[in-house]
Amino acid sequence: MQPRSPFRSAWLPWALIAPQMGVILVFFFWPAGQALYQSVLQQDAFGGAVEFVGLENFRRLFADASYLESFQTTALFSALVAGLGLGLALLLAVAANRVVRGALLYKTLLIWPYAVAPVVAGVLWLMLFASPYGVIAYLLRLMGLPWDHVLNGHHAMALVVMAAVWKQISYNFLFFLAGLQAIPRSLIEAAAIDGASPWRRFWTIVFPLLSPTTFFLLVVNMVYAFFDTFAIVDATTHGGPGKDTAILVYKVYYDGFKAMDMGGSAAQSVVLMGVVIALTVLQFKWVEKRVHY
Amino acid sequence: MKYPLRALALAISTCLYLGAAQAQTEIQWWHSMGGALGEWVNDLAKDFNAGQKDYRIVPTFKGSYDESMAAAIAAYRAGNAPHVLQVFEVGTATMMAAKGAIKPVGEIMRDSGLAFDPAAYVPAVAGYYTAPNGQMLSFPFNSSTPVFHYNKDAFKAAGLDPNKPPTTWPEVALAAGKLKASGHKCPFTTSWISWTQLESFSAWHNVLFASKNNGFGGLDTRLVFNTPLHVRHIENLANMAQSGLFVYKGRGNAADATFVSGECAMATGSSALYGSVTRAGKFAYGIGTLPYYPDVPGAPQNTVIGGASLWAMSGKKPVEYKGIAAFFSYLSQPEVAAASHQRTGYLPVTKASFELTDKSGFYKKNPGTDVSVTQMIRKTTDKSRGVRLGNFVQIRTIIDEELEGVWQGKKAAKQALDEAIRRGNEQLERFEKANKS
Repeated sequence: MQPRSPFRSAWLPWALIAPQMGVILVFFFWPAGQALYQSVLQQDAFGGAVEFVGLENFRRLFADASYLESFQTTALFSALVAGLGLGLALLLAVAANRVVRGALLYKTLLIWPYAVAPVVAGVLWLMLFASPYGVIAYLLRLMGLPWDHVLNGHHAMALVVMAAVWKQISYNFLFFLAGLQAIPRSLIEAAAIDGASPWRRFWTIVFPLLSPTTFFLLVVNMVYAFFDTFAIVDATTHGGPGKDTAILVYKVYYDGFKAMDMGGSAAQSVVLMGVVIALTVLQFKWVEKRVHY
Repeated sequence: MKYPLRALALAISTCLYLGAAQAQTEIQWWHSMGGALGEWVNDLAKDFNAGQKDYRIVPTFKGSYDESMAAAIAAYRAGNAPHVLQVFEVGTATMMAAKGAIKPVGEIMRDSGLAFDPAAYVPAVAGYYTAPNGQMLSFPFNSSTPVFHYNKDAFKAAGLDPNKPPTTWPEVALAAGKLKASGHKCPFTTSWISWTQLESFSAWHNVLFASKNNGFGGLDTRLVFNTPLHVRHIENLANMAQSGLFVYKGRGNAADATFVSGECAMATGSSALYGSVTRAGKFAYGIGTLPYYPDVPGAPQNTVIGGASLWAMSGKKPVEYKGIAAFFSYLSQPEVAAASHQRTGYLPVTKASFELTDKSGFYKKNPGTDVSVTQMIRKTTDKSRGVRLGNFVQIRTIIDEELEGVWQGKKAAKQALDEAIRRGNEQLERFEKANKS
């Protein structure tokens, strides 16, 4: 049973959450409503000729085979970004948690990438892999592995995933580190006295106790991969080669801001919103059952 | 206050300064010229501002062409569009269809009372930005055309004659083979695939890229670039790609940097690459005409323009339009236009600026700089006047995507071109529908 809130007056709790509600209304609900409205309109770039077209924009989307393929690309991309992002961050957090000397330095360096804008992250990784001056591309070539993200779809996907994961790893790292530090030392020490190996201690004590953090990060990372990664794709591959890295949100960005097709772009963002809502509900229904608070 | 007098003096001088500034009409100009070209734009504004007192041009770099167009459209919707916007040629159909958002240049010039003769402009350039009724819609500021760039040092090293660039596609393949044999990793590349290898390719061979005279004849235009000649050319490039003679370097102008750095020895790309190569290239540089297939009757015809033009946005004050008109007539002055042409490699805007450049001996001193002009200043045909399509940005991306399948070796040339036409025509149909009502 949750204890009842200690507020006496009826209006005070509402007044206290009002600023936050205001922010959510202005920055989340209003744009989402706009997207819904624009998705049933067709208009020219300057908004001079606006016409109500009903579900025409959606019909056009689902008649486009390349749009449907883009779902697969997005699923692969999101799974890789969330999986690698969480796995690597956890590894780094566990390691940083054990470091005694210079811990602050490691932590600062690991948090650094979060301050970098996605488009800059994309350009940085592009520089590393660009032919012929990219350092990593050069090293790979020396090892007899020619790198070509311009025409090799797997290389292109690897490049955008690396940039997207690198950008997000700091955020995940921070939460994992905080989660690790909140685990009572007594539990781990008791297990150690009982003779549990470090491996066993991690999987039977630390990891289950981290599950609320992991679950939260899983949701956040999925949302990140679905919505915030268009700038990385735009700066590195432009969705190419062919459509091999054209994830859904990149097409939203491209159609809306490069091609000036507001109706089509809005329809896609509505579809995307639906996908993410469904995924989040699924995660809360299935994954959260395994979370120990 | 410690220094009341000084503060007072400062206040008065500030007021005087502001007063003087207010008497001047400011004209906002959003553009997409970075690097060496950005300096050029700033110099133009500085020179114009210094030459008269009534108007002040304020140039602002707004990112790449599509970014500044998106920014201007957002600003227009919010009610504070710039006065002058630089729009790339691909956006021309969108701007033309946006009635009410723009004010035709012909109208601005007429209202201003300044001398304006549309016939003074180079027809192949100005014609692209002129409405069917003969009114000039936007100012042909920086027009380029695809030419053939080559590295003379690499030619020498490969045993090729550095003063004889290949002029036909079979010759390009032969030269590429020799360059490869001499150890060159990237014999030939190209930027703007659709513009150089399909649009200009079509005009150069006097065949259509799209029906209805490439979109000039109406919104019901459809893509037709899957003729045996087009398929043959893409197959030829695909074979060159397979044998390492043609190296694909990415979309847009990504290939430009690889030519400037010396990585690639030959490149088809914008004539405006001239400015960058002369500034940053560390090799002897030559320009040749765009290659063609010698067995095609009528080839070579002329190439199509690229680059951008300046559009005046609607809803500004009459005095501001006067300022815009004054700036456009400044840009049209033979000396100014000639200097711009010689500095950047963009095409001359007016016939007088071309003649002035010719008389000054610039073309003789800098062989190759006249290539773009001679490719363009020809009698155009209905098939070669240019390509003006709606949703052109998307169509070019579709062509990029489909042709990447060819360079990867996944798709046959015919299959990719057919698919590009099918997907591109959907865009044209949608544009037609949206702009009919």
